[in-house]
Amino acid sequence: MFAFAVKRIFQAMIVMLIIACIGFAIKHNFGDPIRDLVGQRVTPAERAEMREKLGLNDPFMVQYVRFLGDVLHGDLGQSYFFKKPATEVIIKKAPATLELVFCSALIIILLSVPMGIYSAIKPQKWFSRFVMGTSIIGVSMPVFLTAILLIYIFSVELHWLPSYGRGETVQIFGWWDSGMLTIDGLKHLIMPSIALSSIMLPLFIRLIRSEMLEVLESEYVKYAWAKGLKPRRVWMVHAFKNTLLPVITVGGVQLGIMVAFTILTETVFQWQGMGSMFIESVERSDTSLMVAYLVFVGLIFVLVNTAVDIIYGLVNPTIRVAGRK
Amino acid sequence: MKLSMLKFAGKFSLLLLSLIVSAMFLAGCGEEKKDAAEGAAPAAVEKVTLKLAMDADPVSLDPHVQLSGGMLQYSHMVFDPLVRYDADMNFQPRLAEKWERIDDLTMRFHLREGVKFHSGNEFTADDVVFTLERLKKSDDYKGLFEPFVGATAVDKYTVDLKTKEPYGLVLNMATYIFPMDKKFYSGTDDKGKPKDLIVKTDYSFALENESGTGPFAVTQREIGVKTVFTRFADYWDKSGNVDIITLTPIKNDATRVAALLSGDVDFIMPVPPQDLERIKGTDGLNLVTMSGSRIITFQLNSERNPALKDPKVRLAMAYAYNNNGVVEKVMNGFATAAGQMSPKGYVGHKDELTPRFDLDKAKALMAESGFSDGFECTMIAPNNRYVNDEKISEAFVSMMSKIGIKVALKTMPKAQYWDQFDAQVADIQMIGWHADTEDSGNFYEFLSMCRNADTGYGQYNSGNYCNAKVDELTVAAQVETDMAKRATQCQEVEQIQYDEAGFLPLHWQNLSWASKSNMNTEVIVNVMNFPYFGDLVIK
Repeated sequence: MFAFAVKRIFQAMIVMLIIACIGFAIKHNFGDPIRDLVGQRVTPAERAEMREKLGLNDPFMVQYVRFLGDVLHGDLGQSYFFKKPATEVIIKKAPATLELVFCSALIIILLSVPMGIYSAIKPQKWFSRFVMGTSIIGVSMPVFLTAILLIYIFSVELHWLPSYGRGETVQIFGWWDSGMLTIDGLKHLIMPSIALSSIMLPLFIRLIRSEMLEVLESEYVKYAWAKGLKPRRVWMVHAFKNTLLPVITVGGVQLGIMVAFTILTETVFQWQGMGSMFIESVERSDTSLMVAYLVFVGLIFVLVNTAVDIIYGLVNPTIRVAGRK
Repeated sequence: MKLSMLKFAGKFSLLLLSLIVSAMFLAGCGEEKKDAAEGAAPAAVEKVTLKLAMDADPVSLDPHVQLSGGMLQYSHMVFDPLVRYDADMNFQPRLAEKWERIDDLTMRFHLREGVKFHSGNEFTADDVVFTLERLKKSDDYKGLFEPFVGATAVDKYTVDLKTKEPYGLVLNMATYIFPMDKKFYSGTDDKGKPKDLIVKTDYSFALENESGTGPFAVTQREIGVKTVFTRFADYWDKSGNVDIITLTPIKNDATRVAALLSGDVDFIMPVPPQDLERIKGTDGLNLVTMSGSRIITFQLNSERNPALKDPKVRLAMAYAYNNNGVVEKVMNGFATAAGQMSPKGYVGHKDELTPRFDLDKAKALMAESGFSDGFECTMIAPNNRYVNDEKISEAFVSMMSKIGIKVALKTMPKAQYWDQFDAQVADIQMIGWHADTEDSGNFYEFLSMCRNADTGYGQYNSGNYCNAKVDELTVAAQVETDMAKRATQCQEVEQIQYDEAGFLPLHWQNLSWASKSNMNTEVIVNVMNFPYFGDLVIK
């Protein structure tokens, strides 16, 4: 296990370093950060002076080596807009995004498993047909449209749910601003989580259903029926457990993609997380912050995939994680 | 052994999950009870609160860090200027009660007595002197205050502003002097840096601390998330009644409108053009719109493209462009068609200079010019800087095709646009301009005087339009203190530009604010788009 962990940490660092390098290499294409910091009246000479002060005029290689040196010290640069180190800004914004992703993942798990199983074992029932039908709509509807529709129905027309923001937050562990501990915060969480889960939920229902259908046809399930086991036990233990493997694999990848989808959801709901921060930093060409975001998301991808590998071993005893004896 | 460990781990995580979930619900229930209890006991004094949503929030608490609309809106809430514009663009006394011209170079201001800063310090002439010195150190403001020598305190409540040459815009500039607390901003902070330092990209004392004399003090702030302004108890002007303003930036247009429609916020600005009708038609909401002063123009580069050097061609383009049509169809009527730079109310504005859409005349002019078969040219425009900038440019391209001019248009986000603009990569380039002096001269200095790297004139004149008479009149107007004479000079400039079609003026963008109808929104807003929230009264 130790060897495995070391190997993974090493891999993660390489991945993040590569992302940082790519991010740095393309940041020059996002425009001049100085423009967003000054009024229209500031002369080109003064702007050039500011560029010089910020080290933006140095040759690319000089900037690059300096950047790499800072990265090795854990410093991803200074955010021009927030006027703070980029890592500090990211850490401040991460809880909002992570809570949103967590709630959406929860919605997906709690709904897709029973719906997927049901529509596999009772494919002819009207509910199964209904689920399959609506899931097509869910897959094909863009997130921002879902989000705006939700806002118009539940905030503007019905006045049930708040339309934007995170509401009241509570600080836990001294730095994590949580919206999950207050009624107001939870109310604010509902619509963004639903909007975010709306893309993945249909996918998971369909995935679980089709895997389950396949497993139900297999020899060992037939054998289990022949043994006279209770249907519940056949479905849940023999069939469902074996459909989980592909679901977990896909789930790991999709969780990462979901972090990317927060960019849209957060922008529409004015959710103060990393996603909306990223979009704004692109608009302002706040380049250090953009690179820091990419690195952080890369880290999440690596962590999630490591977790998936471990869970894989737990669910399927025939698979051994590399490095374990 | 291992297997049982794994099973235990699995069960343990399940247990943990259910614990978290139940904790969430418990916490939630507890909160609800507390809410109910609070609701039962009526609060002693109801605080009047305004929930305000704008498209961005102030980038800093330091008013001198950036010269932008957002920072000036903030300054009017937390600081108070010497004088400010009223709704009709007249000067209104604020911290200066009256003023008089002593000589050609000096203007004397008599300050309001007994005014306190948020820190408790008393406001005196020294603070004005300090503020002007600091303005001259600010990268963004030093250009505006270049004509000034400085301020001198005559006595505790009298201050003289001295200029290098006679200057007609001293009062316009005084609207930018928001006195800062000299005692509060002097000395060094915890990090050993001077407290009056102006820093754009890093920490500074003034970034996170303020002490102005304005109606509100900042009591809570998380940049990009929320800023809370609390009424300053010792504020001298008692016209408004709002105790607390919570400002939330909501960038997305649809979300900002939805927040107002759902009642989550009380006041939004700006209102996106596509939602004006909807807000107007909603009971309980009040929509206020006003013709603005930001002119949108296309600059025609006479040095890059020989065809655009021909005044007949430029005039033909002016006749071929349907300003009113674009305002109506593309802008949903949410703009005022323009034939000149200066909007109504500015000294250079001339009523006769109106848009001149006439396709036959345009075709005739093209035939007269040496380019009767038309020509090809390139064009760039931003796609997220001005209202509907991309659509306007597309409309322009199709209008030009009717007189045989083939325009190759490229649009891009503003982050990339301005470098391209400066490099003059295309024959036709779009730019919008708001005169930060609220004066016509500013338009000419930046947009239509001959480009001159030494003086900085014509800095944004990417069309290279150059007319010695325009330069002469603009420079003369700068030192003219006789306002009637100044107006003739500025109007003559507009006339020359109109006759030569030095550039194509499109329209002035309108301004808009929407609020619940229980407040006097129309009284506090103005053409500069600096709502005076200190005067807001909520019934």
